[in-house]
Amino acid sequence: MTARTTTPGRFRLPAGGLIDRSKSVAFSLDRRRLYGFAGDTLASALLASGRRLVARSFKYHRPRGVMSAGSEEPNALFELRSGARREPNTKATTVELYDGLEATTQNAWPSVHFDLRRGNALFSPLIAAGFYYKTFMWPASFWERVYEPLIRHAAGLGRASAVADPDHYEHVNAFCDVLVIGSGPAGVMAALAAGRAGARVIVCDEDFMFGGRLLRERLKVDGAPASAWVRAALDELGTLTDVRLMARTTVFGCYDSGIYAALERVSDHLAVPPTHQPRQRLWRIVAKRAVLAAGATERGIVFGGNDRPGVMLAGAVRTYANRFAVIPGRRFVVFTNNNDGWRTAHDLQACGVDVAAIIETRDSVPQSVSAGWNGRIELGSAIVATKGAGLVRAAIVQTPRARETIACDAIAVAGGWNPNINLACHHGGRPAWREDIAAFVHTTPPPAMMIAGAANGAMTLAACLDEGLRAGQAAIETLGFKSRVEKPPKADDEAFSIRPFWHVRESRQKAFVDFQNDVSAQDIELSSREGFRSVEHLKRYTTLGMGTDQGRSTNVLGLATLAHITGRSISETGITSFRPPYAPVAIGAFAGHHRGSAFRPIRRTPSHSWSQQQGAVFMETGPWLRAQYFPHTGDKDWLDAVIREVRAVRTGVGFCDVSTLGKIELQGADVGVFLDRLYVNTFSTLPVGRARYGLMLREDGFAFDDGTVSRLADDRFFMTTTTANAGRVFQHMQFCHQVLWSELDVQFVSATDQWAQFSIVGPKAREALRVLVDAQCDISNEAFPYMAAGEITICSGVTARLYRISFSGELAYEIGVPARYGETLVRVLMQAGAPFGMMPYGTEALSVMRIEKGHVAGNELDGRTTARDLGLGRMMSTKKDYIGRVLAARPALIGPDRMSLVGIRPTDQSQRLRAGAHLVPGNAAIDASNDQGVITSVAFSPSLNHWIGLALLQSGAARLSERLKAVDPVRANHVEVEICAPCFIDPQGERLRV
Amino acid sequence: MRIPCPYCGPRDLREFAYLGDASVERPDAAAPDALDRFVDYVYLRNNPAGRHREYWYHGAGCQSWLVVSRDTRTHEIFDVEPAAQKVTAS
Repeated sequence: MTARTTTPGRFRLPAGGLIDRSKSVAFSLDRRRLYGFAGDTLASALLASGRRLVARSFKYHRPRGVMSAGSEEPNALFELRSGARREPNTKATTVELYDGLEATTQNAWPSVHFDLRRGNALFSPLIAAGFYYKTFMWPASFWERVYEPLIRHAAGLGRASAVADPDHYEHVNAFCDVLVIGSGPAGVMAALAAGRAGARVIVCDEDFMFGGRLLRERLKVDGAPASAWVRAALDELGTLTDVRLMARTTVFGCYDSGIYAALERVSDHLAVPPTHQPRQRLWRIVAKRAVLAAGATERGIVFGGNDRPGVMLAGAVRTYANRFAVIPGRRFVVFTNNNDGWRTAHDLQACGVDVAAIIETRDSVPQSVSAGWNGRIELGSAIVATKGAGLVRAAIVQTPRARETIACDAIAVAGGWNPNINLACHHGGRPAWREDIAAFVHTTPPPAMMIAGAANGAMTLAACLDEGLRAGQAAIETLGFKSRVEKPPKADDEAFSIRPFWHVRESRQKAFVDFQNDVSAQDIELSSREGFRSVEHLKRYTTLGMGTDQGRSTNVLGLATLAHITGRSISETGITSFRPPYAPVAIGAFAGHHRGSAFRPIRRTPSHSWSQQQGAVFMETGPWLRAQYFPHTGDKDWLDAVIREVRAVRTGVGFCDVSTLGKIELQGADVGVFLDRLYVNTFSTLPVGRARYGLMLREDGFAFDDGTVSRLADDRFFMTTTTANAGRVFQHMQFCHQVLWSELDVQFVSATDQWAQFSIVGPKAREALRVLVDAQCDISNEAFPYMAAGEITICSGVTARLYRISFSGELAYEIGVPARYGETLVRVLMQAGAPFGMMPYGTEALSVMRIEKGHVAGNELDGRTTARDLGLGRMMSTKKDYIGRVLAARPALIGPDRMSLVGIRPTDQSQRLRAGAHLVPGNAAIDASNDQGVITSVAFSPSLNHWIGLALLQSGAARLSERLKAVDPVRANHVEVEICAPCFIDPQGERLRV
Repeated sequence: MRIPCPYCGPRDLREFAYLGDASVERPDAAAPDALDRFVDYVYLRNNPAGRHREYWYHGAGCQSWLVVSRDTRTHEIFDVEPAAQKVTAS
């Protein structure tokens, strides 16, 4: 029984191929168990077991089979894996078979063999190109609710997993002398030339085996089978220490300065990534030189019924026969317009397969091509239609003499080869049409890129080997290496000739151009008829080439058809732009580790672990995690905790970690002058031992940031910025110093991380502080008054800085210690302050107290407010120039009707205020025309026992005690408020100075 | 894109922040037409297709402000110099 089920498959040759017949691999398709061999792709294993109808098309639900053997595959798309790892639209031709692989057919119901949506095809005249635009125009409101969901349900491909991706993705940087893209004959020769010379080389191939075309042909190199020659070459490259070979790696983008993006599928060939291994790795490769040896992609010919399962590209048939020992049919017809189709016929015959006929569109072929062929040949002929329900059963052939039906179960189509120039075009260069090979090549690649082999239009093996060698040599010689390879190995120089033939115009059946998006030749005619004649318009109107295969095989067929219809040459018609990525890349790979909690680095304050032990609730402020409040047992909710913290501070003492403020140390003779130009107010006059509040503008006159500056010595200053703007202010200061005034003697450095800083606040702050400040430092009100600043020592000799500044309106200090003492200082503060009721408080209480005092913060410094708007106009010096001074004087920035800072309180004190609510006159309609301002900050004031807020209101300063309506349509909550001065406690500032 | 920082060597674009046109000069605030000149300085920029001198800040490196000559069409970089040099030299 086991023996029977693990047979290699009905369509597998008894010998040959590059598969490992000793390793049977079990997989499932729609839960049916199947077997293949190690070295198979999902596509080759399916074909070997006779699964040829594997998919339904996007729009018409037509039966489809495997068409290609590479990443250009438009048809054979599956959902792979299950659960959280389920991935739709996976190309079977690129999936390496692994034990336990689960594949599910998609876009068919109930099954691919009996798909009820096949009925769509009956309406195909209705759903031709552009039909959405035309049909679903009316009524407009129907689009979102009716039409779009309907269309999305009917069309569309696989289902994505709705669960979080359980796998990891990595980002890696790499540097090399030469990046070789592709490991076919040209790529291997380039790598050998560069590698032997000692250059640092990276070779990438999207396949899981190196060798490209050499694995797929029955050609000989230096007298040996090509696959054996390439194995030996790879073995040698493997011994060179500076050569990195990367299989399963798709180079998908070419960027500026020789940067290439590549996706390595580290674990896609395994059921589950091994421990500590990522699923995929995104490489950023910086290459001094690159050799693009990406080969070429075969294209078909447009004829009636060309999408029937069993119709395949001729090169793919050869690949399945030679590399996988799979013959995807019993009786073939070969349809070709070039010599390459004949090679498929010869290879099939060598495998003992029946080839019913070669249908050649040319009237004659070179003697060398037909030599040795004793089967049927029809010259000057074409297939006009195919027959079969599901799989192809026959080809209907138009010969010069007659129309006849030839029975067959597979058709190999050879329409020519498109060089894979995509990466060369990512810098914007335009490809050029080459008549002799009927294909686009690229003659002006990006700097430091060379194109070699089939990617450069070299269509024979000998030419590929030669071009690869020369490209490798040219790459290293410009870098100063000396080539040690003189000449390429000997190879058959099989002749290539083609006479372009694109479209069998006699076809009456639907003839497809783009299989994935169901675009037919008829659609292209329609597009042209309706005026969409540029290739870019054609693409957007018909969706030609917009599938996951990016039309790699079929785009040229589409534009050749368009060229014919519009009576232009292909060269005149042109080709759509190639843009990255070359192949689809999972978003997870771009995100890498930057997701969830690792989205960006988290900065923790010096008191973080202590706060954690106290059960603090943390909040994100920019990159920082700060304690928001410290819940106690007995607090009903967060508001309870905050009220308790505020009351404790205003009646006793509390402390808060303010280390997140940006801190900058400045030194130099001209620091005072420098700060004068930076801030609206003056600092050159600041006495040593004093601190001063400062406001900076942007050059356009709007408020930028605020903070304090302390003068520690004549030439030594210390300034703080807001937490949010720390980086931006520092960058701005660097600009001012380096670009505007580099003549000033100023040095400064960020010290944010070097100082742990705490505010100690409340009427008992001094008493608590005295316990830890060393005796010789006098911090009495006389010796260390409001806005004093200086160096002290605490706890018997630890250097600290003390600033008597307040953000709360209370007697307050900020104390800074070297960051390593931060956590210890917290414990010392708690101990020293215990007799005074020392209460740690978080950012919520901090914010409540600053609103009670009317200090502005980020909510008010929103980039649209001026110093005057914020009530800080009197700080603006008139005696000096400073950043923003001139433009701050523009009429629109000083007009009396500007919105300015006011306080607000609800007239009914039981009512809650909401930040973001807009202010409209009490009797006016609630609409934008009556909008006069916005509430920027709100808090429940424990001191006043009701909600208070700060707002920006038109002509605010002149409207004190006016009543307005605060409207909050989002929460359907309107509250009557009274305008007041933006300071709710101690307006004279007496508490600060005690 | 990679920018050859005169202090750090060629570094990835992600280490830099862009500001823009380096040909503008901050006007004299005392000039009689200072307002007009500042409006030009802050708001008016040429957007050339081709060679452009522009300010870049090597924030994740040496924190230098640089003047980079770059072709805006090809991103080819012709020359990079420290912005501070400009003033010191004059």
